[in-house]
Amino acid sequence: MVTVKEPIASLDVAGLAFAYPDGHQALFGVDFSIARGERVALLGPNGAGKTTLVLHLNGILTGGAGTVHVAGLPVGKQHMAEIRRRVGIVFQDPDDQLFMPTVREDVAFGPAAAGLKGPELEERVDRALERVGMAEFKDRPPHHLSFGQRRRVAVATVLAMEPEILVLDEPSSNLDPASRRELADILRSLDVTVLMVTHDLPYALELCPRSLVLSEGVIAADGRTAELLSDDELMRAHRLELPFGFDPRSVTMGA
Amino acid sequence: MHVPDGFIDAPTSAVTGVVAAAAVAVSLRGARRELDERTAPLAGLVAAFIFAVQMLNFPVAAGTSGHLLGGALAAILVGPFTGALCISVVLLMQGILFADGGLTALGVNITNMAIVGVGVAYVVFRGLVKVLPKTRRSITAASFVASVVSVPAAALAFTLLFWIGGTTDVSIGKVATAMVGVHLLIGIGEAAITALTIGAVIAVRPDLVYGARDLRQPLKLRIGGELVDAPAAGAGQPVAARTSRRTLWIGGLVTSLVLAGFVSFYASASPDGLEKVAQDKGFAQSAEKHANADSLLADYGVKDIDNARLSGGLAGVIGVGATVVAGTGIFWAVRRRRTDGAADVSPASTSV
Amino acid sequence: MGAGHAHRLYRHGHSPVHGLPPHTKLAATFAFVVVVVSTPREAMWAFGLYAVLLALVAYVARVPAGFLLKRLLIEVPFVAFAVLMPFVAEGERVEVLGMSLSVSGLWGAWNVLAKGTLGVAASVLLASTTELRELLLGLQRLKLPPLLVQIASFMIRYGDVITDEMRRMRIARESRGFEASGVRHWGVLAKSAGALFIRSYERGERVHLAMVSRGYAGSMPVIDEVTASRAQWSYALALPFAALVVCLLGWSL
Repeated sequence: MVTVKEPIASLDVAGLAFAYPDGHQALFGVDFSIARGERVALLGPNGAGKTTLVLHLNGILTGGAGTVHVAGLPVGKQHMAEIRRRVGIVFQDPDDQLFMPTVREDVAFGPAAAGLKGPELEERVDRALERVGMAEFKDRPPHHLSFGQRRRVAVATVLAMEPEILVLDEPSSNLDPASRRELADILRSLDVTVLMVTHDLPYALELCPRSLVLSEGVIAADGRTAELLSDDELMRAHRLELPFGFDPRSVTMGA
Repeated sequence: MHVPDGFIDAPTSAVTGVVAAAAVAVSLRGARRELDERTAPLAGLVAAFIFAVQMLNFPVAAGTSGHLLGGALAAILVGPFTGALCISVVLLMQGILFADGGLTALGVNITNMAIVGVGVAYVVFRGLVKVLPKTRRSITAASFVASVVSVPAAALAFTLLFWIGGTTDVSIGKVATAMVGVHLLIGIGEAAITALTIGAVIAVRPDLVYGARDLRQPLKLRIGGELVDAPAAGAGQPVAARTSRRTLWIGGLVTSLVLAGFVSFYASASPDGLEKVAQDKGFAQSAEKHANADSLLADYGVKDIDNARLSGGLAGVIGVGATVVAGTGIFWAVRRRRTDGAADVSPASTSV
Repeated sequence: MGAGHAHRLYRHGHSPVHGLPPHTKLAATFAFVVVVVSTPREAMWAFGLYAVLLALVAYVARVPAGFLLKRLLIEVPFVAFAVLMPFVAEGERVEVLGMSLSVSGLWGAWNVLAKGTLGVAASVLLASTTELRELLLGLQRLKLPPLLVQIASFMIRYGDVITDEMRRMRIARESRGFEASGVRHWGVLAKSAGALFIRSYERGERVHLAMVSRGYAGSMPVIDEVTASRAQWSYALALPFAALVVCLLGWSL
């Protein structure tokens, strides 16, 4: 059923449905496609199935109906290592993501697991840390960093694997305004495809030209972020609320 | 109960070191069987939890407080292998980082607290769970008894090592009386908190309590609007294994009863002898002083114990505990050899 | 005791002792303690020499005496035990200040105190001159099972995180006016412990997920290797060798 779209999409999800072993069904047929280099926000109320969807993107959850393709490669047992290299997931709590004793080792973990060694590995680590502006913290233990710094290192751990697509789960949660802006600058400067799962609608508007609304296990809307956020009826129907005083129509987008 | 260097002589330390190393190797294998490739992060986090919980102070009465040792807790929450492994890692790191427990005494400490403490707790716990009705309350009760027994059992193991390789010729009867008596009291505190903690976990996430897996409901799948039993996933035990497990338990109990007979025969002969020595030498009156033998005592604010009576009653309980361990261990080893081939068939984790 | 102390234990420095590869230091410390434990207790002067050796190491490592002595306090519980020994041990007795003490008990107390103190001092020196991370690398290098080293490393990494969670729970309890003051409050504290376990376990699962997402398939990739030159080994092992000479003298004299 793969009709060759040119160029091949970074991420292509088709007819994805999934129920947990406890019977709770989270996804009821999700379809969407993200082109290379796009930055897309995935919006949705709590319990809409966002996390479940994310865990399908790199094959941690499988076994339901439907398919996921990453740069044309189907997510499945036979390509698991390659898929996990291509899909970089940044989890919500950086403490979960940063499990190694030092920042350097943490960033090196992914590439080293893929077989990189020596100066090549070192260079990869330096570049990834450089991109998030954390190069001077290389030999620090993660728990000595501030929350914002830890989130940036978490992004670096994934960038070090040179992924096709970067998936961020609530990237702006718990960040102070300065760290939030710094992270936005970093994300904007990256030339990878980004899928950002978030509740933070202004952040989505700031960073992602396009948004998907996931509600009750299906994609309820797909379009330009500014238009979706201005559609009061759609917003209400899916329990999405803008912060007090925020008017997406009054925001002028740079790019 | 962290034994420092110089308390137990070098040969005994070396032998317990070997025993501890072997036990850690066995628990590594066992933990891998229980947790597959999740072993490192999960056991690491549980070890960190035990580490943290040992710092949680439980007030006893005005001004005094005690803290958890965590052996029984670990055994019941994450299973005997992972539990022993976590306690061993905690002891290892405490020894290297905080000089809490001597480096040469590491084997002694692991043997007492990780092997005997965790092992006795788990065996007593499983034995009781098998016998008691399948309710949450029985799990709590069983964890109480398991930890009451496990703490003095570890103390008894220490006494035994002290007897074999102690560097001072204090009468073994006195050491046993003091250690076991004190640790029985500590054990009661430990048991109350362990049972309450297990109860708290069971109320929220019964699936996380290793010792209560029997209480789990079978999973269902909603297929076309109807509830259907989910196929048994990797976690489920094959039916064959369950029946053979029952034989294991019966076998273990029988073996331990037989062993208990032998042990109590010898045990009944020697403590009397030791006590007699103590009396002849006129030290019996100083017995009360040993109550302060261990720091943990101070934590629990205990001053006097009627040593003779406590130790008398306790010897039986602990004897049975220890023999249940030995008996089941033998049975387990025999059964394992037989089912080794079958074990490989068990499905791997679904996440990879 | 706790992971929170971990970095306070380590004293940053650039002394020759700090610079030694961690596995040589671990091996040296362990060998030293073994030698100390094997020394006959009657050779009192030998223990004095051991103390001098350790003091020398502390001097080279620039670890101040006050710091070292404060860390020795961990031993106090067993000191209490040792103090009791002369009263309860068997055998020949002597009168000291009107108290009847056992000779072998006195020897036993001395034995435990001397060896225990030297052991603790050696471990404290090791911990104060070696970073946590390095200690783990050293253990790995000394061929401890990799899985064990991994577990220890996760424990160290998350010890602080979990201790912190525990502290937050305590603050939350106290903010709501709860003050644990006796046995009646054990239930509440145990609930906290239970909640802490659930959080720890669930975090373990999430960490595993994060690892798998980055290509973990059961074994840790080797990122760092520590190596030691012959000179570094001989430098580190100078301590246990000196101790061994003292020990042999102790046996023969």
